[in-house]
Amino acid sequence: MIRFDAVSKNYPNGTTAVDGLSLELAEGGITVLVGPSGCGKTTTLRMVNRMVEPTAGTVSLRGQDIREVAAPELRRGIGYVIQHAGLFPHRTILDNVATVPLLLGWGKKKARARAAELLELVGLPATMAKRYPYQLSGGQQQRVGVARALGADPPVLLMDEPFSAVDPIVRGELQAEFLRLQKELHKTIVFVTHDIDEAIKLGDNIAVFRTGGKLAQFDTPERLLAHPADDFVADFVGQDRGIRRLSFVQAAGLPLREGPALPVTASVAEARALDEPWVLVVDDARRPLGWAEAAGLADAGTLADIPLAPLGHTFSLVGDSARAALDAALLSPSRLAVGVDAQGAVAGVADAYELSAAIAGTGGSLGAAPEAAGVAGVAETAEAAGPQLVKGAADPADAEDAEDADGSGSNTGKTGGGDR
Amino acid sequence: MRDGEPLIRWVWIGDHVGELAHYTGVHLRLGLLPVLFGLIISVPLGILCHRWRWIYPPTLTAANVLYSVPSLALFMIFVRYTGLTERTVMIPLTLYTLSVLIPNVVDGLASVPDPVRQAATAMGFSTVRRVIQVELPIAVPVVVAGVRVAAVSSISLVAVGQLIGQGGLGYYIIRGLQLDFPTPIITATVLIMLLALVTDALLVLAQRLLTPWARGKGAKA
Ligand SMILES: Nc1ncnc2c1ncn2[C@@H]1O[C@H](COP(=O)(O)OP(=O)(O)O)[C@@H](O)[C@H]1O
Ligand SMILES: [Mg+2]
Repeated sequence: MIRFDAVSKNYPNGTTAVDGLSLELAEGGITVLVGPSGCGKTTTLRMVNRMVEPTAGTVSLRGQDIREVAAPELRRGIGYVIQHAGLFPHRTILDNVATVPLLLGWGKKKARARAAELLELVGLPATMAKRYPYQLSGGQQQRVGVARALGADPPVLLMDEPFSAVDPIVRGELQAEFLRLQKELHKTIVFVTHDIDEAIKLGDNIAVFRTGGKLAQFDTPERLLAHPADDFVADFVGQDRGIRRLSFVQAAGLPLREGPALPVTASVAEARALDEPWVLVVDDARRPLGWAEAAGLADAGTLADIPLAPLGHTFSLVGDSARAALDAALLSPSRLAVGVDAQGAVAGVADAYELSAAIAGTGGSLGAAPEAAGVAGVAETAEAAGPQLVKGAADPADAEDAEDADGSGSNTGKTGGGDR
Repeated sequence: MRDGEPLIRWVWIGDHVGELAHYTGVHLRLGLLPVLFGLIISVPLGILCHRWRWIYPPTLTAANVLYSVPSLALFMIFVRYTGLTERTVMIPLTLYTLSVLIPNVVDGLASVPDPVRQAATAMGFSTVRRVIQVELPIAVPVVVAGVRVAAVSSISLVAVGQLIGQGGLGYYIIRGLQLDFPTPIITATVLIMLLALVTDALLVLAQRLLTPWARGKGAKA
């Protein structure tokens, strides 16, 4: 789809921003370019829409050398989103979004109708259409920026740190919504970030750059975590990549045991009879209510009468990752993670030891690909790496879990994005 | 001043309303057309100076040198070519506006945020279209600030043109001095000041209407 062939860029002042880059980006996927500041990500991105011309090599789009197309024409077919949105301050939100259709000569009416559609698509209320950019929050402006880039329904989107300038909560929302949108639109997206967590969350494939504009590794996120090509990549993806890999293992396959669970109508005597330090109390649909501590039980009555310790959080066997399961175990008062099924009913429990033993078991398939991850070359699709794998943040709820877990973990020192 | 002559004879004003209105119109034309011409020259020059930075310093120096030439001297130079006409007044006044308008056009274009310019390029604007549809509109508030200064100074400078017989309301100032009669001097002076103030207020209003998007942004816009 987008192909770099031995591409280099030397700026007139002698800086080598990109050095001999060969890379082929798959159609309909999100490719993330990640690396420390100044490693040539923006330069690489801008060579796709000819805002920067390479000094050597060729960039081609769908098999055609992009130099064969006049730059303005080429750009109208490629959406572009930047960090500070870059909205036109003198145009209303609606007219900002209508920019490219107007440039293509659609006529005002049709262009604005299209713009209104796009505002809805990115989750902005129609009442915002008539406002000016200065009247919007940073997050809202960024949404408008995305809508504007989608103006003429371009097959390709270039995004340069689009979510870096907003606060972490808004960023999480924007990321989740971005993934939802991509599920619908299937654009070919090149996404630049300096934040490895964002790269792993969003990317189908990730290209890690090192300073000097050299490609260090091009791989799927899970393989990047499992098999960093060298010390630089290992360092860049961070100390806790072992934990992060768990995001790509489904919780569904984890072995759970019955555990000490009783309905809320059970008597205190029954609870005591289990002879367990903690008893999981469930309602009549087997949905978990909380933990009862054996030591604190009253002499008589039912479990409904006693105060329960909160669950922490549970993990879902449909959709959650092993990372969420492990996190649930660590946060639970009983040290037992509670797994629930699609209906929210308790499927079973497991502690951190049981979970990690099981993960080490499945980890064989996770890390099964024995050959070292290839530098440069066509990345395998996520499916090729095994049916176990799920995208860590496939839906917003999931994304939030991941965020929680990150908060308690250490940060990757090198990314400069210690921004959670 | 003659003994017993009041500063203002209201009767004189009453008798000359029609004539005063006529000269006020002439004064406005002589004062504001040069601003318009100055703008027509400064916008393209400013765009060139913004694009090729190296021509800016010499251009600005030239404009400042022109501004430093006394108006009387300029009038006398142009009288040789254009005679005792309105043009002889308007050409120097036009040249005077350049030292304010050119830097304001350049600053206005520089006030366009970099991401905005880059976004426009990336959306597929050609350079010409980007300048006309994105950069110039965003430069408007800064340019208007320059237009206000130019207009006020141009309106007050017109009176000097009376030295070659083309000074709008300046006519009354010279006449009053010749006749030792203060009423027309004071009337014309007040009218000129009013013209300047009203013009300024109208420019502010026009800018509000033209750039609703710049509200709440203060000097940056
Ligand atoms: N127009 C330019 N002229 C000279 N050097 C540049 C220019 N643009 C970028 N660079 C340099 O090229 C390198 C790569 O820049 P960039 O692609 O912006 O990196 P990144 O986006 O990864 O932070 C940096 O060292 C930067 O200073
Ligand atoms: Mg960059």
